[in-house]
Amino acid sequence: MSLDAANSPVENRVVAGLDQDAKIAQSPLAVRGLTVSYGEKPAVFSVDMTVEPGQMTAIIGPNGAGKSTLLKAALGIVAPISGRVTIFGRPLAEQRARIAYVPQRASVDWDFPTRVIDVVLMGLYRELGLLGWIKGNHRARALDCLSRVGMADFATRQIGQLSGGQQQRVFLARALAQGADLYLLDEPFAGVDAATEKAIISVLKSLRAAGKTVVVVHHDLATVAEYFDNVFLINTRRVAEGPVAEAFSEESLQVAYGGRLAATQIDQLARA
Amino acid sequence: MSGEEFVPLSLTPMLIGVFAAVACALPGNFLLLRRQALIGDAISHVVLPGIVVAFLLTGMISAWPMMLGAAGAAVVAVVLIEAIRRLGRIEPGAAMGVVFTTMFALGVLLLEQSDTSAVHLDVEHALYGNLESLIWLDATGWGSLLDPQALRYLPIELPRMALTLVGVCLFIALFWRALKISTFDEGFARTMGIRTNLLGLGLVITAAVAAVAAFDAVGSIIVIAMFICPAASARMMTNRLEAQIGWSVGFAVLAAVLGYVLAGYGPLWLGGQDAVSAAGMIATVSGGGLAVAAKCGPCRSRAGAPAGV
Amino acid sequence: MLLDAFTLQLGYNATLVAIGAALLGTAAGITGTFLFLRKRALVSDAVSHATLPGVCIAFLLMALAGGDGRNLAGLLLGSAVSAGIGLWCMNWLTRNTRLAEDAAIGAVLSVFFGFGIVLLTVIQTLGVGQKAGLEGFLLGSTAGMLYSDALVIAAGGAVTLLLVLLTRRPMTLVAFDPEYAAARGLPVERIDLLMMGLVMAVTVVGLKIVGLILIVALLIIPAVTARFWSERSDHVVLLAGLFGGIAAYIGAALSASAPNLPTGPIIVLVSFALFALSLFLAPNRGVLAAVLRHMRFQRRVHLRQGLLALAQGQAIYESLTLRLLRRAGLLRADGVATAKGQARAAKALRDERRWEVVRGDVTQEAAAALYDGLRDIETVLTVDQIQEIDRRIGGPREVLS
Repeated sequence: MSLDAANSPVENRVVAGLDQDAKIAQSPLAVRGLTVSYGEKPAVFSVDMTVEPGQMTAIIGPNGAGKSTLLKAALGIVAPISGRVTIFGRPLAEQRARIAYVPQRASVDWDFPTRVIDVVLMGLYRELGLLGWIKGNHRARALDCLSRVGMADFATRQIGQLSGGQQQRVFLARALAQGADLYLLDEPFAGVDAATEKAIISVLKSLRAAGKTVVVVHHDLATVAEYFDNVFLINTRRVAEGPVAEAFSEESLQVAYGGRLAATQIDQLARA
Repeated sequence: MSGEEFVPLSLTPMLIGVFAAVACALPGNFLLLRRQALIGDAISHVVLPGIVVAFLLTGMISAWPMMLGAAGAAVVAVVLIEAIRRLGRIEPGAAMGVVFTTMFALGVLLLEQSDTSAVHLDVEHALYGNLESLIWLDATGWGSLLDPQALRYLPIELPRMALTLVGVCLFIALFWRALKISTFDEGFARTMGIRTNLLGLGLVITAAVAAVAAFDAVGSIIVIAMFICPAASARMMTNRLEAQIGWSVGFAVLAAVLGYVLAGYGPLWLGGQDAVSAAGMIATVSGGGLAVAAKCGPCRSRAGAPAGV
Repeated sequence: MLLDAFTLQLGYNATLVAIGAALLGTAAGITGTFLFLRKRALVSDAVSHATLPGVCIAFLLMALAGGDGRNLAGLLLGSAVSAGIGLWCMNWLTRNTRLAEDAAIGAVLSVFFGFGIVLLTVIQTLGVGQKAGLEGFLLGSTAGMLYSDALVIAAGGAVTLLLVLLTRRPMTLVAFDPEYAAARGLPVERIDLLMMGLVMAVTVVGLKIVGLILIVALLIIPAVTARFWSERSDHVVLLAGLFGGIAAYIGAALSASAPNLPTGPIIVLVSFALFALSLFLAPNRGVLAAVLRHMRFQRRVHLRQGLLALAQGQAIYESLTLRLLRRAGLLRADGVATAKGQARAAKALRDERRWEVVRGDVTQEAAAALYDGLRDIETVLTVDQIQEIDRRIGGPREVLS
């Protein structure tokens, strides 16, 4: 963001407009001018985001910076005050089948009377439609997704009987069952054990290897460089966006986190 | 007991009771899981102003205008609750409390103000119905079930309640998967393109239709009990939604049959002479079922701490 | 007649009832506020419905003992006992089973009420005391009330109100923040129990006036109404008491002034009228104020975003943004910014840049936390501070090409 862009507004706008349209059309998830507000204080203000296809992107920022809100608005779960969202260049409503979403664990009632396999089968909803019967091959696919996250042995357990990490893996298996092109995960590593974190990241990497796009709301700065290709730093506004090597810099972390991180810590992280 | 006595006097009220109980228990399962159990309570209270307004508009006591009035009142109540909750940023329980008490008060006031002394319309009837009076006098025994002449004089409540039950079953079967997903994880359901708001409204309207039809036959107190108790009891028995639905139907049928029998014959066994309110007894029995399930049900504890651990 | 009613000229009983109702309404409003703030408003619904079996059993016992089954004090005692049992069942269900509180409320209210109906029919068929008049407890009836009954109600209302006033402080603490109250060493469980005790007292005293189905309204509506007018819990409590008292007094007086105006429903409807007025017209939380505020807010967001987009030469997709920019004379019809628009856009972008500096500065954390995309930087920093920032990011540049 520089002041030079304002030097010749008219021409610049035409060129930038064309360039942007091309980028938007290619991007699995493009957000323009998105503002979401709970009450009078915007949680996300005028944010632009362009996710790179076939890569893993982390959305990072301090608590309350609007990370989850950005994701929920992109998915149409919360209504924005302004802005537009496109998925592979098309409106969200036309592209639902290409998105899989893994919500935060705390967002559901784990006492719900349902088994692990039933939760994974929920991922097949769009395929089955209202009245389709669940057949053997659907069940086999659900089991396959469960074994990819290492949870096949738990298929008939009630979901409330699992540990937090196991619940998170079941959510991921449900997303896998959707067979989407774009995977959006909200804090999948929050409060899970090391084994789960490893299992999830290896599944995500295999998705990337298969050409899928993965976007993760992430809170652990120490693992950003290890796990992700790109970062999107947000604190109400977009702070930085791009490959980890460029955007995950000391300067942008300072802007995003303010005084909340000691300068030395940021230095270490940025170099890690 | 012989068919000659049972079929005309007990078969139809019992069947109507069973159909009403099941029609309410089915949507009750979802209301319970969505933490909307008390919507049933609210709906059953606002039925009264609905039928009073319908009576004042049409000037007669007949089934269809009253059903429409009651259903309309239920929809108005649900919309008002939602509007007050959102506009006033008030928790749903309090919003419900404001709406249903006000509408009920309006119903009572209208009833007092209008001249309904000539017709059978009063608050007591609205509360506990009159299941015992829905008898089938043209029946002479089991054979009457095949006799078209006698079938023509079946109490109209029976086919109406049966039809309602079929409608409720259809709604739940049709939207089964969407209901299940959106009840478990609403955010995820929306990303799948499920219109969760519409679906929620559909569920409440279905519940309202069941409540209104049941109310006409058995009064509103049974309706509240059947929305909650069978589903709550079933919740203690299983950890699978499919099985929970089955159990809830079982509990509902049991409560309806046992409650009816106890109300009709219990006092006689105790040396009394007259039957007591069947609707009240059915509600009481359903409470007994819940007590047993809450004490001994295999899945009575919250998940994560299985019973007996 | 109406004036007579409001000035308590309608006879001794009516006066006692009106005073009792006003006291009860005040007590109910205050008690209900604690319930409402604790997000347990509908617990009162279970409590009130659970009184019915108690009333019936008390009647049966008193009648069988040869006394007058209609003795109000005895009936109220019975109702208190069965409401207590209902409350205990509800707590047991939420604590020991997987049921949520709303399900427990519904289960208790329907089953107890159903059982009460069974007992009512038993009383009717037994034929004791001919017309027991217990149906009056469903909807309340103050017509033809005995002098002794009116006295019980007035005294009950006064005692309940006194109890509420004595215990309001610990209850406010618990209702507002139970964990903090526990940390302060308050016996939260016992105070919760006390709160339920007061709900029971209000219900029992109110049975004869408004009836058990509508007593809930006295507990809920004034509290919800008061919430619109204040953000301070002590003010909400006082206002709820006031609203409750006014509604009950007006309701009781109105109902005494003409036939066919049942006391309970009239009180509830007066209460609702106060609620509806507050919902729409309250200055801060009211609907009208909120709608106006939201529209203003939305316009600010769009305008600001539009200016930033102009300054950075980005395309604007939102039609509302375009319309607002045009209307403010910042954008020409052909989509090109006017001179004024360019100046405002440059200022907006410059402020963003200034904010960026503030937010990257560890020493300015307090100011940075105020950033929300809309706040003018001049409201947060002094002129000197802004100049200091401008020195760092370079002087203002010419925007016009």
